[in-house]
Amino acid sequence: MTDKQSNSSRGQGPYIAAIDQGTTSSRCIVFDKDGRIVAVDQKEHEQIFPKPGWVEHDAAEIWTNVQAVVDGAIAQAGLSKSDVKAIGITNQRETTMMWDKNTGAPVHNALVWQDTRTDVLCREFGRKGGQDRWRRETGLPLASYFAGPKIRWLLDNVEGLRERAERGDILFGTMDSWVIWNLTGGVNGGVHVTDVTNASRTLLMNLHTLAWEPKILEAMGIPESVLPEIRSSAEVYGQAVGGSLAGVPVASALGDQQAALFGQTCFDEGEAKSTYGTGTFLLMNTANKPINSYNGLITTVGYRIGDQAPVYALEGSIAITGALVQWMRDQMGLIQSAPEIETLALTVEDNGGAYFVPAFSGLFAPHWRSDARGVIAGLTRYVTKAHIARAVLEATAWQTREICDAMAKDSGVEPTTLKVDGGMTSNNLLMQTLADFLGTPVVRPMVAETTCLGAAYAAGLAVGFWSDTDELRANWKRAAEWTPDMSEEDRADQYRKWLKAVERTKGWIDED
Amino acid sequence: MSGSIQSVERAAAILRLLGGGERRMGLTDIASTLGLAKATAHGILRTLQQEGFVEQDAATGRYQLGAELLRLGNSYLDIHDLRARALVWTDDLARSSGESVHLGVPHQGGVLVVHHVFRPDDSRQVVEVGAMQPLHSSAMGKALAAFDPVVRTQLLAADRPRFTARTVTGRRDVEDLLEVVREQGWASDLEESWEGLASVASPVHDRRGVAVGAVGVTGAVERVRESRDGAVRPALVAAVRDCARAVTRDLGGGRFRIN
Ligand SMILES: Nc1ncnc2c1ncn2[C@@H]1O[C@H](COP(=O)(O)OP(=O)(O)OP(=O)(O)O)[C@@H](O)[C@H]1O
Ligand SMILES: [Mg+2]
Repeated sequence: MTDKQSNSSRGQGPYIAAIDQGTTSSRCIVFDKDGRIVAVDQKEHEQIFPKPGWVEHDAAEIWTNVQAVVDGAIAQAGLSKSDVKAIGITNQRETTMMWDKNTGAPVHNALVWQDTRTDVLCREFGRKGGQDRWRRETGLPLASYFAGPKIRWLLDNVEGLRERAERGDILFGTMDSWVIWNLTGGVNGGVHVTDVTNASRTLLMNLHTLAWEPKILEAMGIPESVLPEIRSSAEVYGQAVGGSLAGVPVASALGDQQAALFGQTCFDEGEAKSTYGTGTFLLMNTANKPINSYNGLITTVGYRIGDQAPVYALEGSIAITGALVQWMRDQMGLIQSAPEIETLALTVEDNGGAYFVPAFSGLFAPHWRSDARGVIAGLTRYVTKAHIARAVLEATAWQTREICDAMAKDSGVEPTTLKVDGGMTSNNLLMQTLADFLGTPVVRPMVAETTCLGAAYAAGLAVGFWSDTDELRANWKRAAEWTPDMSEEDRADQYRKWLKAVERTKGWIDED
Repeated sequence: MSGSIQSVERAAAILRLLGGGERRMGLTDIASTLGLAKATAHGILRTLQQEGFVEQDAATGRYQLGAELLRLGNSYLDIHDLRARALVWTDDLARSSGESVHLGVPHQGGVLVVHHVFRPDDSRQVVEVGAMQPLHSSAMGKALAAFDPVVRTQLLAADRPRFTARTVTGRRDVEDLLEVVREQGWASDLEESWEGLASVASPVHDRRGVAVGAVGVTGAVERVRESRDGAVRPALVAAVRDCARAVTRDLGGGRFRIN
């Protein structure tokens, strides 16, 4: 009889705790020195869809969940706070919130990165200089995806907010700032900071100086007083106050995709990873140079360890991949759980001619078309829900293919294998399809939770838990590898059809 | 109702009776509730038991709905759900044991591999998802047969080919072996399927206590056993059972299970 949670084969402490404040859930994972998972706790939060194209989160609910999962993971592992040497933070990027620094209360729901309400604002900003008006400074095109225009929307649309902001009562943050501010004491001395990777997603930070760009702040009408201080990704920002980790240093912050890059130990120039969660994000390390993209990718900060030189990355962002599977589950009711998409898809041999382009939030890389909306093309009476399930999985693989093509053009290197991670990598059919469509092997590392692992690594480096990145690299192990098994003709033929379907999504939303 | 078969009707009545709130009932209660002679009820129960639709608790003699019925109904756990839940723990098992890890489910008289984690060295390996392993010689097969009466029946009814000199094929020997597995909570395959290869496996239970799958590690026999003919390394057994328990916990099972 064993009710007791035996940990007989587990290593001994000390440990690092990582908090991943994600789009669909918040989780806390405790790692030991070998990078092994000691405890996990996770909690989903509500997705609020007030209008088509709008997506919000309740930031107060998120903070409550973060506290709950931290306590949960610590209790599960039977740890005390003295066993935990540091806390690392990683987060959904660009999601924008503002709160009152005197009460700690959010002034509005957080505007999630997928939210498209700032379309019109972005078009207005682009009237002078076009979509790439600030690309040279920020590495980003003007798109509703990024945080800056969301701040402007809040200032314009929450009654009295601009005045309160100008009085100095209001703070802006992406979720890293919100979590760190609350963790370190909130209204009682919480520190208001963000890291370079999160700041690089606002359209407000100059990639070369790593400081807020006054020219853009002025053009967007954003008072500098609301902005957090920009810090490196790995340094001690402060100590946790209260909760089960009171007194433990908060020692890293990285946007989730950069954290995954770090967790996959892509520390050398040319190393890349692709993460399959709500959306998919392929990042390639470009060392200390911000590389400008001419093929629809974006330039972003990969990470910065303490006062070392920043490491940059080229990124291909796809808004909807896992979210399409969730849509099949929640909105269409065709499956009961996300993994069941594989069961359904495996009941047929192919997509039956159907192609599904999930441009639910417009198209991100490499197209950047906010006027696009989702399309299922190629429908006939022959097509069943199982064919659609296959088309759903193929959509993730084709979108990755488009990014890889752009990456090869921009960087001049053809990737020889693709390192993957994230929840969708448990889908074997998807991983095989990915290898088939890319024509290169796909490799999954032994820790699928690379996002948390990356945040833990950065925090551990900051407090000397790990000595250097070489030590971390030794922890990387291959868990699986899928090799391509598709003829060149089939691949080319189906890719052509996919690209045709993509064209059909564009221009659906009228200009006004 | 013309043309209906009385014994099938009665079997259905028994299933309905046992289906009321996951009930467990003794033979006498079942017979008297349905107005059947005890011998008749017993005959039907025995047949249902062979088909896996009903299980009898060894200690109390009471009957309850069986695994096969749960599998047929919508409470059946999707194998891809199972893989998703097992992912973190099987990765960890591969890492801590240094060996390759498989997750298998009963399927058409064998074990279907639904998940495979490579051995954490740099050697060339291929994903074995979709492969089948035999019930009688593989560690996962034995772990499943020891805890799932339907799989057990299949194993005892099937051909049991000899793959190596160590393959156990005799009915009595297999029955004894399954008894040991049931008692200790894990199974091994010591060069019974392939010369030179050994495995250790333990069952994963869902929240109703059904053995829905098994996790196992496989490696060179000299790494799995303390010596070529020695005991299986206890640390390896502990790691496999930890992993099986963790997955069981994730499925919401395991509270009242010996595992
Ligand atoms: N087996 C599967 N097949 C297909 N999709 C899956 C599978 N398992 C999970 N997903 C999808 O993956 C996503 C969850 O992955 P993951 O947990 O990595 O994302 P996440 O980290 O929660 O995302 P975020 O960080 O944006 O919150 C969901 O969108 C879900 O639909
Ligand atoms: Mg995530």
